[in-house]
Amino acid sequence: MDIHEYQAKKILSNFGVTIPRGGIVYSPENAENKAREIGGSRWVVKAQIHSGARGKAGGIIVCNTPLEVAQATDKLLGKKLVTNQTGPEGKIVNRIYIEEATDIEKELYLGLVFDRSSESIMVVASTEGGMSVEEISKEKPETIIRSKIEVAVGMQNFQARELAFGLGIEPDLIRRASDTIIGCYKAFSELDATMVEVNPLVISKQKQILALDCKMSFDNNAMFRRSQVSELRDKTQEDSKEIFASDRGLNYVSLDGNIGNIINGAGLAMASMDMIKLAGGAPANFLDVGGGATPEKIVKAFKLVTMDEKVKVILVNIFAGINRCDWVAEGIVDALKKIEIKVPLVIRLAGTNVEKGNIILKESKINYIEANTLEDAANKAVAALNKS
Amino acid sequence: MTVLVDKNSKIIIQGFTGKMGSFHADEMIKYGSNVVGGVTPGKGGSKHLDLPVFNTVKDAVNETGADASILFVPPAFAADSAMEAADAGIKICVAIVDGIPSHDMIRIKRYMRRYTKSSKMTLVGPNCAGIISPGKSMLGIMPGHIYKEGRIGIISRSGTLGYEAAQQLKNLNIGVSTSVGIGGDPINGSSFRDIIEKFETDDETDAILMIGEIGGPQEVAAGEFAKENMKKPVIAYIAGLTAPKGRVMGHAGAIVSAYGESAIEKVEILKECGITISKNPSVMGDTVKSVLEKI
Repeated sequence: MDIHEYQAKKILSNFGVTIPRGGIVYSPENAENKAREIGGSRWVVKAQIHSGARGKAGGIIVCNTPLEVAQATDKLLGKKLVTNQTGPEGKIVNRIYIEEATDIEKELYLGLVFDRSSESIMVVASTEGGMSVEEISKEKPETIIRSKIEVAVGMQNFQARELAFGLGIEPDLIRRASDTIIGCYKAFSELDATMVEVNPLVISKQKQILALDCKMSFDNNAMFRRSQVSELRDKTQEDSKEIFASDRGLNYVSLDGNIGNIINGAGLAMASMDMIKLAGGAPANFLDVGGGATPEKIVKAFKLVTMDEKVKVILVNIFAGINRCDWVAEGIVDALKKIEIKVPLVIRLAGTNVEKGNIILKESKINYIEANTLEDAANKAVAALNKS
Repeated sequence: MTVLVDKNSKIIIQGFTGKMGSFHADEMIKYGSNVVGGVTPGKGGSKHLDLPVFNTVKDAVNETGADASILFVPPAFAADSAMEAADAGIKICVAIVDGIPSHDMIRIKRYMRRYTKSSKMTLVGPNCAGIISPGKSMLGIMPGHIYKEGRIGIISRSGTLGYEAAQQLKNLNIGVSTSVGIGGDPINGSSFRDIIEKFETDDETDAILMIGEIGGPQEVAAGEFAKENMKKPVIAYIAGLTAPKGRVMGHAGAIVSAYGESAIEKVEILKECGITISKNPSVMGDTVKSVLEKI
C-alpha cells in the first residue's frame, strides 16, 4: 500500500526526522490562509498523488505570495497529472500540500528497502539527491553507498554514522544526519514498511537536515496490525477495477491489451498472459481468482472482466486441483446466467474431473470455444479476436 | 525424496481443527500420508478425525514422535507457529498460509539461526502448495492424483503452474520423484537453491524442473549454484514475460524492482548458467522429455 508524501512526512517526523513546515489543503482559500499561517516569503505548492516525478509533470509550483499559492492550488486541484509512473490515464489531484520553501545547499538520496538476497533491510544513500535511484545507479553508481541492517538488533549508531560520513556531511551535522537515518529505519521496521525513500534529503543553507520529499509503501499483509497506517489508504489513487477486485478477494492488475483473463493461481495467470503474447495477442488484465476458484469467485471475476470496455475476448483457464472441473464448470454456467457476455469466450479446463467439466459446459448450451492446452487456449483466443 | 518426506514421515497438522486444517488433513490421509495428530491450543486431549489433538507442538512430538508439520493457522499467528515447530524438534514444516507479513518471515529466519545445521528445521513456504513425493507422502494441498511416480524433481513458486507441469509430464508418461512448492512470497523458508541442492543428492531424482517467475534474486542464485555444483540437468521456465515493471502480480513476491528480476533477464542469466529453458509454459513437459533423451 502506498501513501501520500504529506502522510509519509508526518510519519517520519514522529520518528525524529525534520520536515519543512507545511499543511494539507483542499481549496484555494484554504491554501492562501495556510500559506499565511506557515509564514515566510516563499512557498511550494505540491500536488498529492501516488507517484514520483510530479515536478516534471507540473505538479509542483513555487510561489512568492499567498495569492499565488491560491492560484497554483486552483490550477492543480481536480486535475489529472500524468507522470512517467502513472500510465497515460494519470492520477487525480484531490489534496494539495503547502510547504515553506527551503534554501537548498545540498541534495542527497536516502532509501530503505528489503534486500531479498540477504533477507535484511538495506539502506541505500547517495550524494546525488533529486535524481531517481534508477538514474543514479545508471549514471553515478560510484556515489551509492549501502548498509545492510541486521533486523534482530536494529540499526546501530555506527552504521548511520558511516553512511553520514560517506555522504560527505560536515562533522557538526553528523549527529543530526545519523538521527535522521535511524528515524527512517525505525519507521520502516516498526510500521511494516516495504519501502521508505527520502529524495531529496537536503542540507539547507541554515544547516538543517530536512526530508524534502518522501515516499513510503507498506506490506499489505501486515495491515491487520497497522490500523493507523491502513486508514491512510486513498482509494482515489487506485484503479477502480483493482479496488473492485481487492474488495472481493481477487488479485487483479489492469493492463493495456484486449484479451480478458480469468485464471486460478498467480503463476498460471502470468504463464497464460505469456502464451497470449506468444500467440500474437495482448492481455487486458492479470486476474487470479485464487487456487480454489470457487463458483462465487468465478461470478465476481466475470463481472470484473466485463467491466473493462477494452476486452474483446475472454479467456478462462482453470486448473482444478483440490476442487473439481465439474464444480468449476457449474460455476461458469451459473455466472453466465447472471452476466451477459457479448464477446467470444474461450474456456480451458484441466485437472480433476476435466471430462465431466467439459460435458457440463457442452450440455449447458452456453456459447463458448473449448480449448485443451494452455497453447490451444491462447491460440483460440487470438484467433477469435482476429475474427471479431 | 527421503530428505524431505517419505512414507515414514510422521505428520502433525498445526491449526488442525479449523476448516482448512480439517479438509486438507483428510485429503492427506486419503492420499496415504502418515498423519499422526494435530495441534490446536486449548483443545488438547480431544480427538479430531479420530486423531489426537494437542495443545502444543512439543506435546505432539513427545506423544507421537512427529517429525513433520503443516501449518493452517491464520497469517497473523503463522510466524509464532513456525517457530514453535522449530523449537519442538520438527524436521520439516510446510507453511501453506498466504498473507504472512514479510517482517515476520525475516523474524522466523533469524530465530532459526540458533540451531545448528543438523538440528535446524527445514521450512517450506509460506503461500505455497507444499510437498508431494508421489506414492509415498503428501505434505501439502495439491491434487495428488495428477502426479505420476517417477524421477523428475519439480520446484515451483506457483502452485497451479506446478500442477500444470506435473500434468504435462504425466501426459508424456514421465513421473515425479518429489514436487516442492516454495511459495510466492518475497521471503521464503526455502529457496530454489536450497531445494535444488537437496535434489542433487537425492538418488531418486534424475533431473530437476524449476518453475520460476518475475521478482527477486532466487532463480539466478539457483542457476549460479547449479553451474558450479550440479551434475544433474536443470530445466527452467520463468513466468511473467508480459508483466509490467513495478506491479505486484498476485504473488507478493512477483514484482520486478531491480536488474535481473524480469523474466527475460532471468532467462538470459539461467541460459548462461547452462540451464535448459522451456520457452513457454505449454512445453515444460516436452522440454524435460528432450533433456531426458540426451542423458
